Amino acid sequence: MSSLVLAHTRHQMLEQIRVPIGLLASSLFPAIAMLAFAVPFVGDDPLASTVSTGSMTLVGTMSAALMGLSITVAQDREQPWDPYLRTLPAGPLPRFAGRIITTTAVMLVSMIPVLLIAALFTAATVTPPRLLLGVGAVIVSSLPFMLIGLVLGFLLPSKAAIGVSQLLFFPFAILGGLFMPLDIMPELVKTISQFVPSRGAGELVWWATTGVAPDVLPLVAMAVWTVVAGAVAAWAYRRDEGRRYS
Amino acid sequence: MTVLARAVEATRRYGEVVALDRVSLEIRAGEIVGLLGPNGAGKSTLINLFVGLRRPSSGLVELLGGSPADPLVRRGIGVTPQETGLPEALRVGEIVDLVSAHFPDAAGKAELLARFGLEDLAKRQIGGLSGGQKRRLAVALAFAGNPRMVFLDEPTTGLDVEARRALWDGVKAYHESGGTVLLTSHYLEEIEALAERVVVVGRGRVLADDTVRAVRDMVGVRRVSLVADRLPELPGLISSDREDGRFHLLTSDSDELVVELVRSGVPFSGLEIRPSSLEEAFLAITEKESAHV
Repeated sequence: MSSLVLAHTRHQMLEQIRVPIGLLASSLFPAIAMLAFAVPFVGDDPLASTVSTGSMTLVGTMSAALMGLSITVAQDREQPWDPYLRTLPAGPLPRFAGRIITTTAVMLVSMIPVLLIAALFTAATVTPPRLLLGVGAVIVSSLPFMLIGLVLGFLLPSKAAIGVSQLLFFPFAILGGLFMPLDIMPELVKTISQFVPSRGAGELVWWATTGVAPDVLPLVAMAVWTVVAGAVAAWAYRRDEGRRYS
Repeated sequence: MTVLARAVEATRRYGEVVALDRVSLEIRAGEIVGLLGPNGAGKSTLINLFVGLRRPSSGLVELLGGSPADPLVRRGIGVTPQETGLPEALRVGEIVDLVSAHFPDAAGKAELLARFGLEDLAKRQIGGLSGGQKRRLAVALAFAGNPRMVFLDEPTTGLDVEARRALWDGVKAYHESGGTVLLTSHYLEEIEALAERVVVVGRGRVLADDTVRAVRDMVGVRRVSLVADRLPELPGLISSDREDGRFHLLTSDSDELVVELVRSGVPFSGLEIRPSSLEEAFLAITEKESAHV
């Protein structure tokens, strides 16, 4: 079974590397945002720079998880290659696992430009253990976005998946305080912010990299999002199978 | 003989549409069976039931003594993907590796590619292959797992004559080594070259299940058209209709029909005889079927 996971991971990695536009999109956007906003405005402040760096890596991984995953899953479902793969002697698990592993790899790559910019052009500081902890926090907090990406991919045609995932991405990023600090936001936004998964993701990553104690409510909200999105993803997957099989 | 694939009263509906209507069919080990029928006849639906992509709405479908939905059962079969869906960014060898990884007793990559004349293309990306090369790769993938039975959907559509012959040789070699084949085709010629047994499907039903020769005679239908005021009693007539004063007749024996027509002394003009398309022949058989019911 594990050799099948490997075979499917390899297959999807190769596709990802040979058509690297998804990889570029996930890496470039947060890097540019980092250069345009974080470097000139908070570049001299070690704590603010470190927080911004965490936020921008999250923006990159959110884009890979939410937009990348939803679009590739939706597109795959539309290809005649998909029914062929279903005739091969394997259940859905190997492909599924391959997809998650590949997306995680894309997320790791998308962090590199942001981290380089932070190291070279800002006062951001982090100890090696905190850096590792931060990378782990980014991966963990990408889980709800991967699951939401899967839900969209299973439910929508690819063109709709592109639109809807972007529609979710920007409000998530802004409300989560990833683009601008929450202190300068109106009270209403601060209140809503506590309930979006991106805020919990931010709290977790800021905590891991700077040691600043997190708000608890956003972390709970993120956990709830993860459980609900996981349940809906499983339902959407079965529904997709059902539509083809029944 | 062992039955490898079996459908018993299998019906498949898509909403209101009945794609397959109480079809019963057995395919035994070592057979090459051609599945012949016009588009929308139910060929693809029948194959989809056998390879586990869909389940019958009612009735039973069995594969290698088990359920087609069971991945372990599907280790014994091979299927052709549509060549238009092959992932463009991957190389030929990589696709073969991916498919082979699913089978415990996979054929060697080099040997498999050589069998279908693709040995020089292992390192080429799919996107750079010609349509014919993609088609051959698609067919080769059905054989990657050294299956007991293969399902070939339109295996040589779009191939030139030489490539078609080469592919037929590959299928024949597999059959001679004991393999079982179910293939679909629009082309009677293709089925004739490979199959011993032909199953004609139309409007979701099995219309004929016989030797190639018997079915060939059955669909050897010609279309005779002429202008006349009236027609005499004519032999071997399958169908007749009139359009703008012109009769269009479908017959299995155009020679005899013309002899009788001349003998009857009925005046006529503008006689034309041409082979009917397979499509027309199927429709004629279908209509004859429903008339009998």
